[in-house]
This record gives sequence, C-alpha cells and structure tokens, in this order.
Amino acid sequence: MTEITVNVNGKSYTREIEPRMLLVHFIRDVLGLTGTNIGCETSVCGACTILMDGQAVKSCTQLAVQADGSDVTTIEGLASNGDLHPVQEGFWEKHGLQCGYCTPGMIMSGVDLLKNNPNPTEDEIRHGIEGNLCRCTGYHNIVKAIQYAAEKMQGGN
Amino acid sequence: MIPGEFDYYSPTTLDEALSLLQEHGDDAKILAGGQSLIPAMRYRLAVPEVLIDINNLTELEYVREDNGHLTIGAMTRESDLEESTLVKEKYHLLADTAEVIADPLVRNMATVGGNLAHSDPANDHPATMLAYNAKIIALGPAGTRVIPIDDFFTGLFENALEENEILTQIRLPRPGPNSGGAYIKVERKVGDYAISAIAVQLTMDGDTCTAARIGLTNLSPTPMRAKNAEQALIGQVITPDVLEAAGQAAAAECNPSADLRGSVDYKRDLTRVLTKRALTKAIERAKGA
Ligand SMILES: Cc1cc2nc3c(=O)[nH]c(=O)nc-3n(C[C@H](O)[C@H](O)[C@H](O)COP(=O)(O)OP(=O)(O)OC[C@H]3O[C@@H](n4cnc5c(N)ncnc54)[C@H](O)[C@@H]3O)c2cc1C
Ligand code: FES
Ligand code: FES
Repeated sequence: MTEITVNVNGKSYTREIEPRMLLVHFIRDVLGLTGTNIGCETSVCGACTILMDGQAVKSCTQLAVQADGSDVTTIEGLASNGDLHPVQEGFWEKHGLQCGYCTPGMIMSGVDLLKNNPNPTEDEIRHGIEGNLCRCTGYHNIVKAIQYAAEKMQGGN
Repeated sequence: MIPGEFDYYSPTTLDEALSLLQEHGDDAKILAGGQSLIPAMRYRLAVPEVLIDINNLTELEYVREDNGHLTIGAMTRESDLEESTLVKEKYHLLADTAEVIADPLVRNMATVGGNLAHSDPANDHPATMLAYNAKIIALGPAGTRVIPIDDFFTGLFENALEENEILTQIRLPRPGPNSGGAYIKVERKVGDYAISAIAVQLTMDGDTCTAARIGLTNLSPTPMRAKNAEQALIGQVITPDVLEAAGQAAAAECNPSADLRGSVDYKRDLTRVLTKRALTKAIERAKGA
C-alpha cells in the first residue's frame, strides 16, 4: 500500500491505495465521484477524461499513484456556486447529448480545447474531440455546444 | 481488467532510475506515458513485478536544435512535438507524424521515447525515424551508447536496448538545403493504427533525387525501410514513371499480414499509392524549401 495525496476539485484527499489502482477507480470508488464514466478501459473511448494539472487525459490509463501531488478536475468540479461552466451550459443549450454517457469526458476535452485555443474553428473543434467517442449524437450538436461555450467565454452571447 | 501487483518507484533523477533498473533488471519495466504499457498490463500481456515511473524526470522533456541536430528528450510528449514551432518549420515529416498519432488525449501523455522503445511496427515514429536516419541515445551503467536507427529495431516489439538501459534521447540530422519530408497515413478511423503509412525524407538537385530514405508503418513484423523504392529514386530525374516504379517497389518489398484492416493485396496496393503521394509531397517541400 502507498499513501497518496491528490487535490481533486479543490479539495485535498490523502488515501492508502495499492499502486496498481487506476486513477479512474480511485476517483469513482475511493472518492465516490461517479460523474467520470468508464467505457473501454483501454484509452480508446475518452469516457473517463479528466484534467490532470490542467491537461485532459484518460484516467483509465493512469495509475492513481501517478496523480500523487497533482491537481485533478472532474466533471463535478466545473460548476461554481451552482452556475454551470460555459461548456456545460453549451451542452444544455445546444442539446449536445442524448444518452449522456460520453458527456462528462466530452466536456472535459472541450474545456481543455478552449483553454489552449479560445476561438477554435469548427474543424479545430472536431479534431480537438477526436479522443472522445459518442455513439448517439453524430457529434454535430457537441461541436455546436463547444462553439456556444467559446463565444460565451469570450464575452459574446 | 486490473493490472497485476507490482512494486512502484518514481525516481526523481536519471541516476536513481538507472540504479533501480540495475537492481531489478528483468523484473522491472519503465513507465513512460503508459499509453501502451498500462493497457497491456490491464490485459495481463505485461506483468512486471516492478514499475519504474520516469514521469518525474522532466529533464528528459525537451525539443531543441544543437550542432546541426534536432534533439528530442525521451519523455517529450507527442502533444509537445505537435506544438513545437521548430518542428513545424523545419521538420515537416516529424510534424506530419505527430499529428496523426492516436488522439489528442493520448498525445498529452504518450512520449516519443516510449513510442520507439515499444518498437511496435504499428507505431508511427519508427518509420519516421528510419526515414530521418535518426540516432537513439541510450544510457546504461556503462554510460551512453549511440544506436543508429537502422540497428535499433530487431523484431516485433524488440530492439537493441539492453534491460538495464534507458532510452534518453532521439537525435535527427537537420535536413540540408533542397530537402523535404512527408508522412502519409491511412487509418480506418482517427486514433487507430495505420492500415499503411509512408515516411519519406529526400533531397533534390533540380529535378534529380540525390538522396532518399523511406520508412514503412504497420507493413512488416519489424519496422522497415523500403530500400528498393529508395534505389528506384536515387540518381533519377523524377517523372511519373519513376514515382510509379518506387511505389511498386515498396508494395513488393513490404511484408504486411491480413487482418481487420485489410487483405495483403489491399495493403500492398495502398502502399504503392501512398508511396507516390508521400514522395510527391516531399518533393514539393524540397523544392519550396
Ligand atoms: C487509443 C490509442 C491509439 C494509439 N494510436 C497510435 C497511433 O496511431 N500511432 C502510434 O504511433 N501510437 C499509437 N498509440 C500508442 C501510443 O503512441 C503509445 O503511447 C506509445 O506507443 C508508447 O509511448 P508511452 O510513452 O505511452 O510508453 P509506455 O506505454 O509507458 O511504454 C511502452 C514501452 O516502452 C518502454 N519504455 C518507455 N519509455 C522508455 C525509455 N525511455 N527507455 C526504455 N524503455 C522505455 C516501456 O517499458 C514499455 O515497455 C496509441 C495508443 C492508444 C491508447
Ligand atoms: S474508459 Fe478510459 S478511454 Fe475508455
Ligand atoms: S450522448 Fe450517448 S454516447 Fe454520446
């Protein structure tokens, strides 16, 4: 067993874990934050996407020990004081989801994308979410949702 | 789908990492970006007893030019390669390659060193580094060793690194005047490995090709060069017939296997076409440079 301390959504957690525990299991099973989904478990689908020290990564392909000392943001950490993050709001306004399974991961990728490129073209958005699979929407409204967020974050709307 | 048990170490210096590797030898595996190793551990295809996580060795994360070379630290993430202006401006083949590896989330973690150390013929960097005539720098208990890329890949998932060595750097010669490169990959969908992909780096003198190296992705058990295709080009005035001859040579000398990505005949013909396209693009760049 190894002791790790991870800052998740602004709160510090210290826990004893096995080194082989995956970060997504730490987030879901140890911390009880079940907003982060598990799809493929092998770094393909992106359902488990989180931000680690500000960068979007697939948490099924990280060990929890690797997050020791890091800042992790999950979907639960995006809204502040009851206000949705602009990307969350975009998914709501533009119907960016159907079953919702891919949504937390998609939103985390969208947040990372807009941080690096606040005013992306449609093409850049489509490339930016290449690591996240959606079986329902055909991606169309997801792109619109991220465009909505980009405008809102730049003071438009 | 949970990895087997292992002891975990995260050294903060290269020396520490080397002595851990020395101590545990065969039982240990290095963890870089984890994008190949962790899935393999989940499937229990890899069951290391000791994991040496080198993600804290930030001294191995850099892309810079010195002494006529591009040097890339082994822990450089694909996303950093993709964003490097130096790479975009001068190393077009490498820039083309970085963009088509996996997907942006995987690229945020995956490392250039890991891509080569994994020595999967389906990975994209082996072909690119073969075309660049790169050198692999390995550090072991006896010091630093320089391995020419032509000697690096020794089999499926096998290479010339010793068990107690760490790949620390990749070195590419800076392309000279009138040189150009390109990488063209066809994949079933974004994030998949290549059905066929071609890496070309060449030099032109007017319309004559004076030097060319071609690497092939996912077309043989060991990453390979298309040497017959290279020979079909070097010293020739480039015409559509010469390009076709090079394409046919590459299609004949590659050694693909039939799988979900296609039949052998399909892969060979795709290789013929992609070789011509990659050559055309590289020649355009060489002339524009
Ligand atoms: C969904 C998905 C799609 C992918 N698609 C592609 C693709 O299209 N093209 C492509 O090229 N790759 C692809 N990959 C593979 C990806 O690029 C891997 O990350 C890469 O093959 C290995 O790099 P890594 O840093 O993750 O290494 P790891 O997974 O950490 O390590 C891989 C192997 O290399 C060894 N190793 C790592 N670093 C060193 C070192 N410095 N010295 C000695 N040994 C070392 C490890 O011990 C291990 O055996 C894909 C991966 C995923 C999950
Ligand atoms: S569950 Fe992590 S990528 Fe699919
Ligand atoms: S909304 Fe169902 S998978 Fe994307």
